Amino acid sequence: MITLNINGKSTRVDVAPDTPLLWVLRDSLQLTGTKFGCGMALCGACTVHMDGQAIRSCTTPVSVAVGKKIVTIEGVDRLKVAQAVQEAWKRLDVVQCGYCQSGQIMSAVTLLTENRKPSDADIDSAMAGNVCRCATYVRIRAAIHEAAKALA
Amino acid sequence: MTHPVGAPLRHESATLHVQGAARYIDDLPAPAGCLHAAFGLASIAHGRILAMDLAAVLAAPGVVAVLTAQDIPASNDCGPIVHDDPILADGLVHFMGQPLFLVLAESHEQARRAARLAKVDVEALPAILDIPSAIAAESWLMPPVHVQRGDADKALASAQHRLQGRATLGGQEHFYLESQIALAIPREEGSLHVQSSTQHPTEMQQTIAHMLGWAAHQVSVECRRMGGAFGGKESQSAQVASAAALGAWKTGRAVKLRLDRDDDILITGKRHDFAYEWEAGFDDHGQLQGLAITLASRCGFSTDLSGPVNDRAIFHLDNCYYLDAVAIRSLRCRTNTVSNTAFRGFGGPQGIFAIEYILDDIAHHLGLDPLEVRRRNFYGLPGNDACTTTHYGMPVQDNVAPQLVDQLAQECDYSARRAAIAAFNATSPVLKRGIALTPVKFGISFTATHYNQAGAQVCVYADGSVLVTHGGTEMGQGLYTKIAQIVAQALGLSIDRVRLSSTDTSRVPNTSATAASSGTDLNGQAALAAARKIRKRLTDFFSTRHGLRGAKIEFADGKVSAGEISEDFTTLTAAAYRARVQLWDSGFYATPKIHYDPASLQGRPFFYFAYGACCAEVVIDTLTGESRILRADILHDAGRSINPALDIGQVEGAFIQGAGWITSEELVFDGAGRLRTHAPSTYKIPAASDCPPVLNVKLFDNINAENSVHRSKAVGEPPLVHGFAVFFALRDACSAALGAPAPLQAPATPEAILRAIGGMP
Repeated sequence: MITLNINGKSTRVDVAPDTPLLWVLRDSLQLTGTKFGCGMALCGACTVHMDGQAIRSCTTPVSVAVGKKIVTIEGVDRLKVAQAVQEAWKRLDVVQCGYCQSGQIMSAVTLLTENRKPSDADIDSAMAGNVCRCATYVRIRAAIHEAAKALA
Repeated sequence: MTHPVGAPLRHESATLHVQGAARYIDDLPAPAGCLHAAFGLASIAHGRILAMDLAAVLAAPGVVAVLTAQDIPASNDCGPIVHDDPILADGLVHFMGQPLFLVLAESHEQARRAARLAKVDVEALPAILDIPSAIAAESWLMPPVHVQRGDADKALASAQHRLQGRATLGGQEHFYLESQIALAIPREEGSLHVQSSTQHPTEMQQTIAHMLGWAAHQVSVECRRMGGAFGGKESQSAQVASAAALGAWKTGRAVKLRLDRDDDILITGKRHDFAYEWEAGFDDHGQLQGLAITLASRCGFSTDLSGPVNDRAIFHLDNCYYLDAVAIRSLRCRTNTVSNTAFRGFGGPQGIFAIEYILDDIAHHLGLDPLEVRRRNFYGLPGNDACTTTHYGMPVQDNVAPQLVDQLAQECDYSARRAAIAAFNATSPVLKRGIALTPVKFGISFTATHYNQAGAQVCVYADGSVLVTHGGTEMGQGLYTKIAQIVAQALGLSIDRVRLSSTDTSRVPNTSATAASSGTDLNGQAALAAARKIRKRLTDFFSTRHGLRGAKIEFADGKVSAGEISEDFTTLTAAAYRARVQLWDSGFYATPKIHYDPASLQGRPFFYFAYGACCAEVVIDTLTGESRILRADILHDAGRSINPALDIGQVEGAFIQGAGWITSEELVFDGAGRLRTHAPSTYKIPAASDCPPVLNVKLFDNINAENSVHRSKAVGEPPLVHGFAVFFALRDACSAALGAPAPLQAPATPEAILRAIGGMP
């Protein structure tokens, strides 16, 4: 058994230690807001927070997460920054198909936690690992600026 | 008074999406005992299967069954039109990555691991991999198609100027973030329910029924939403849906098949790549006098939708321009590669690319501004009625391209910026800038006329809440939101009173693919027809109840009113239910006016045209070939938009997706037919950093000349063409570097840019 701290709760799962965190979240814990996109840490759909850092859960063995605080899209709204991001996302109607958006939001929350006033260049760099095939990028940029304003 | 239609309302799933609570098929709780499936793939491009030893696969941990073509009871086919698309290979391998067998195991990982253990003995056969080899071998998937008007040879012979040219345009991987997936669940007495990520539930239903030798009513297919589709889940969701259904039928257990990313890219078809060769004749002003052109496309190994895709390329060769004497030859090449398919634009952009390249060449040849040459060739020159009919015989009656282009050119300051760029380039030896303004005219309707029909069902419950189901599918384009707006408006309700159910073949039958940009046009009309029937009954009931005769009865703001007499919609529906009034109904719509002859491609294939234009400015680095989009301005015609927020979002996204196609997205097949760019590590779709710092998108003030739903226009595909402005701006920059028209090919990768300016062998 492996003990994990997920969204503030201590949770025990019976999986092999090299199981990617993504599948522990999705299959063992039914936290399906985090998505599988490529399995190679190249698309960002599986982004979650580990001790506040945005990481790719599809290539992170669950053993690495032991003793760390894992936050997923289901639990992120306890952060004020996340509430601002989610509100801005809705207000600017960012989402199209939605599949990548959990990951986008998790990365945006990390960015705004570390940098309360990001420039376009900061946003492009922080969000470079999160692809969106609907190409909602213009609105993602605008929504991050809007969330930053709301948090100021 | 609330007016849901025309309001920039947010996507109906917006809140769910930002909470990660919107469920896709892989998120649905799997039924107990659900098996997981994986395909075993061919590792050769063309060959004869001599033996498949699957003993090790079957013996692998967790494996429950291994299925081959021999396990398919009735029809081993998932082709949408022609039955040449095996679900599992039978005797022959047609492309590298073709599914040979299906493994069913207790877990996804066990299935995938086991699939690697097969010993397959294949005798290699000669493989035709690309367009030039297919043309040399006359390897046609279907016979070449010729369309002509006037005498192109004569027009060329008498033209003041003649230019020959050629160009190539690459394909495009859909890269929907949610890969292909289906979950098949056995139900009682020989029936199956299939959750499929598909744009075409009815076709999935039919394909599965044919495969099993069943009647359609034994299979139901459901889809609530897709994590992107872009045409890739129109026909090509069928292989995955059929395989999952086969597994469920064979084992009696639920089966989920979710393709891994690499497998998805290897197995499923892409946008057709094209090669063009032409000769154009024109006058001193750049006006086209004659054109002879060959369009050749790589279709892959099976028919799929290649016929209509190539037809649409022919239908869009004119774009916004009058082609007087024209001869078109369309070659549909059969190759031993994955079967290419629908992709946002469906061949239309591939037709448009050719004529834009030709006009660009003409402008360079004559030393004119390419925008001026484009303008001189527009349809509908004043006082000349003959210049308003397309080469396929359809009058262009709603032409707004000239006004729209003028407005955009003025608003984005095209002329001054073009002069400034020339000045910049004169003093900048390494960095070169370029600008281009390109228009689009896009025909709306399925060219397969019978697809232009739709059904919907509107249920008003006694408590006044509304549930709508229709034949269209949601892939992020906002169709469900628009339908909710249309129904809410018809019943005088706010949008939160209307809920959309998933799309399910058991609720609305005989649906068409949600494709050809027509989802709202068709399903919106059907839903409106259903809502109007209910409204009519409620109107009659209200009149009787209040003893009104001939009074004007309004449905607005959640109330039904006639002057001073008014009651809540909910009160009325509760009373109507008790009075035994039918509160639900279905609606149907068939697009009027369209017809054409599929043999000669003459007639009116489209109900109307959607228009737009884009001006893009770019910079290239002549030492590295790298490029950037500096600014883009788009003016787009969505008619009278049902939802400007969604429509502008479609335009923004389509532009970036189109720009990705012609810049960074490159499909590279090696000499053995192996796709080398089968993962995001090697296939580069646009990221945030690829978007221009300035992207201005505006909707053109227009209403649909035809009686479309609320006079709106389809918006899914046409704006993809705006990406071409980026290509021609890059070509402009390359030409500035070269000092001559640069032979830039698409995709304009750094390597292609260096080749075009002579900086790379």
